[in-house]
Amino acid sequence: MSREMMDVASEALRDRAEELGIETGMDRLESQEPQCGFGQLGTCCRICYMGPCRIDPFATDGSSRGVCGATADVIATRNLLREATGGAASHLGHARHVALTLREAIRGSAPYGIADRGKLIAVAGGLGIATDGKSDNEIAEEVVGKALEDFARQDGEPGNWLKLHTPQKEFDMWRDLGLVVSNVHNEIEEAMHRTSGGNDADPVNLLLGTLRMGIADGTGLAMATDLQDIMFGTPQVRGVEANVGVLEAGRVNLAMHGHNPVLSEKILEWSAKLDGEARAAGADGINVVGVCCTGNELTMRHGVPMAAHNLQSELLLVTGAVDAMVVDVQCIWPGTVKVAECFDTKVITTVANVKIPGAMHVPFEAEHADEAAEKIVRTAIEAFVARKGKDVEIPQEKASGLAGFSVEAIVGVLSKIDPEDPLKPVIDNIVAGNIYGAVAFAGCPNPKIRSSAMTETMAKELLANNILIVTTGCTAHILAQAGMMSPDATEKYCGEGLKAVLTALGGAAGLDGPLPPVWHMGSCVDNSRIVTLLGALASKLDVKISQLPVAGSAPELVQEKAISIGSWLLALGITVHLAPAPHILGSPVATKVLTEDLEGITGGRAYVEYDPVKAAAGLLAHIAGKRAALGI
Amino acid sequence: MKEIFVDIERCTACKACEIACAVEHSTSKELFGAVFERPAPQKRVHVEPAYAYAYPVRCLHCGDAPCIAACPNGAMSRDSDSGAVVVNEDRCQGCFMCAMVCPFGAISAHPGKRVAVKCDRCTDRQKRGQQPACVDACPTHALQFGDEEDLMKEKRLSTAARVAQAVSGAVVPQPGSTPLDTLRSLRGR
Repeated sequence: MSREMMDVASEALRDRAEELGIETGMDRLESQEPQCGFGQLGTCCRICYMGPCRIDPFATDGSSRGVCGATADVIATRNLLREATGGAASHLGHARHVALTLREAIRGSAPYGIADRGKLIAVAGGLGIATDGKSDNEIAEEVVGKALEDFARQDGEPGNWLKLHTPQKEFDMWRDLGLVVSNVHNEIEEAMHRTSGGNDADPVNLLLGTLRMGIADGTGLAMATDLQDIMFGTPQVRGVEANVGVLEAGRVNLAMHGHNPVLSEKILEWSAKLDGEARAAGADGINVVGVCCTGNELTMRHGVPMAAHNLQSELLLVTGAVDAMVVDVQCIWPGTVKVAECFDTKVITTVANVKIPGAMHVPFEAEHADEAAEKIVRTAIEAFVARKGKDVEIPQEKASGLAGFSVEAIVGVLSKIDPEDPLKPVIDNIVAGNIYGAVAFAGCPNPKIRSSAMTETMAKELLANNILIVTTGCTAHILAQAGMMSPDATEKYCGEGLKAVLTALGGAAGLDGPLPPVWHMGSCVDNSRIVTLLGALASKLDVKISQLPVAGSAPELVQEKAISIGSWLLALGITVHLAPAPHILGSPVATKVLTEDLEGITGGRAYVEYDPVKAAAGLLAHIAGKRAALGI
Repeated sequence: MKEIFVDIERCTACKACEIACAVEHSTSKELFGAVFERPAPQKRVHVEPAYAYAYPVRCLHCGDAPCIAACPNGAMSRDSDSGAVVVNEDRCQGCFMCAMVCPFGAISAHPGKRVAVKCDRCTDRQKRGQQPACVDACPTHALQFGDEEDLMKEKRLSTAARVAQAVSGAVVPQPGSTPLDTLRSLRGR
């Protein structure tokens, strides 16, 4: 039952791995199968030592209960809230780290600065900070203060970033539902408390808690995006190449993997500074490439090649051509170190609480960022010297396309058509049906469903029906590798209406051809950009986000982070497609509330479908319904 | 004669049977002791995937057992008390003829000793009046233990009920009525 990864480069590297006796995730999945039904259904409870308890999925009369009396509904909804908490903790930790780095930078104790003054002023204005007569550092100090307040306040007032990024209609809805989040750290504490043994046993209340956690997560996403844009620049549309073929045997290949640009920006900077040393060591320079979301950050701001999505993180090392894989936080597979051991490749961890046995650890703290980055790049050069002349295999596959579609960049392009009212051309074309709707793809490649080419197949189906696609995270890598971010893809995949719009926009933007049909909007924290865009469209039309002809999809769900992001979208009223099924199907209440009843509460619902063609059809039907309700 | 029957519809692939089997065939016979034993205790039941289902593969203790016939050393034999097909490790030369001729893949290899390892239907437990460990551990009763005639009678009764329900138009539980059925239909494999 060997599964395929559906792309030539990955399969070539899997063959090489097999020849060399190297095990990768696809092999390990096979050895894990079949996987436990209790876990998949969400009905295994390990939160106390009277257990672990499992609920018999065949006792559909509810007679099977845990020792404490917890039903499948209680156990699955508690588990789901804990998954969302894990996701939100990841994004909020990321955002707080960026905020603290910015504070150190403006206080002169960390070697970073302010790259986008316009964004600083815009964010400060949104937060109600007066900027007249203040220096950039003074303004940034106040912005950081507002950010850190969201982690500290005890007055119950709405969080600063929640207010900054939530349209009024959604804010009012959340207030009426009791979902307005004040202090995001308190949310994590309260969620862990209420899901601990002998607390909340009301599955509906727990599901509302999951929506709250999604809203807390949204705070982290938006804060990270805003502060990163301030420190490192707001992305603009630029060309990029994607797939393993971006490695070059004759250069020092330095792969950045993880999520936080505070690290990867410095590595990029020092790779340029130490280019001469690399050349002196016999290399044709240093080739920084991106993996996973920190790769997306570098791609969006600098056009750094997108070397691999998460599921290719081991395969990238199987080339033997990566000299260092430098990682920070999230989605780092321990398996990468086992692969690296077969070559001269160094896996370098940098964060105190993300270590892997067998990896080299170089502590990376903002105040000593230069020293650490210098050491890391030198380590990569040394690894190149050890590797030079040895056998490597780099599949030549790579695709080119455009990335960098921040909201600011999109508005910039649209302004060339209508400087007074930039969103008007989009809205007019939505009304006319040339853009029938939009779907946001986020999340990961999942080895369990990769062999159906879930993401690409869904995207092709949707584009043919004039659905514009925006994407972030590792689904962006998948779609870039599939060539769907190139202007050619507009000609190849889009329905006539969408093709005409993208051609007109491409002309306005001064491109040779049309805009691509899939817009790369960034890393997974940059899902905030998508919500910002939807909020702007909804506000302009004076409707709720839930009324827009749009949907979200995590077509190959992997991480807890996707659960928290998805919960944010559900709270905003956006219908979210998921595959595989979230761990809730053992709970009749969770299944019904999330897939049906929620639509009557926030307007959004979860939709599970494993078949890519059927999933696309389901989202199209959803969008058709939204259009009909709007009378367009 | 006692038999173990498998209801594949009820198997959730939790592998509780695998763990219980390994513990039963350990020295300490309890989980927290067994996990520290070296060589590690071996399971004799293997939960394997098939489409959207999972099936615990184990020895069926055939009446005319090809493994007994194939063994060149007489290491494979039938236990006269329990009727189980058992392997005598001292006589086993590790040729795996037994595994080769087994129609079910029920025989595996000991990782350290190169001898055949297989289910003994927990002969020791049965002597104490206990069920086999895998049956005891199964949380959904996908594994059922009983007199073969009783198990077969149960099957006949459910067949009769199904036919009667079809004729009488009585409500019959349909597939897709449990969460696991929903999951299987979504996965569509």
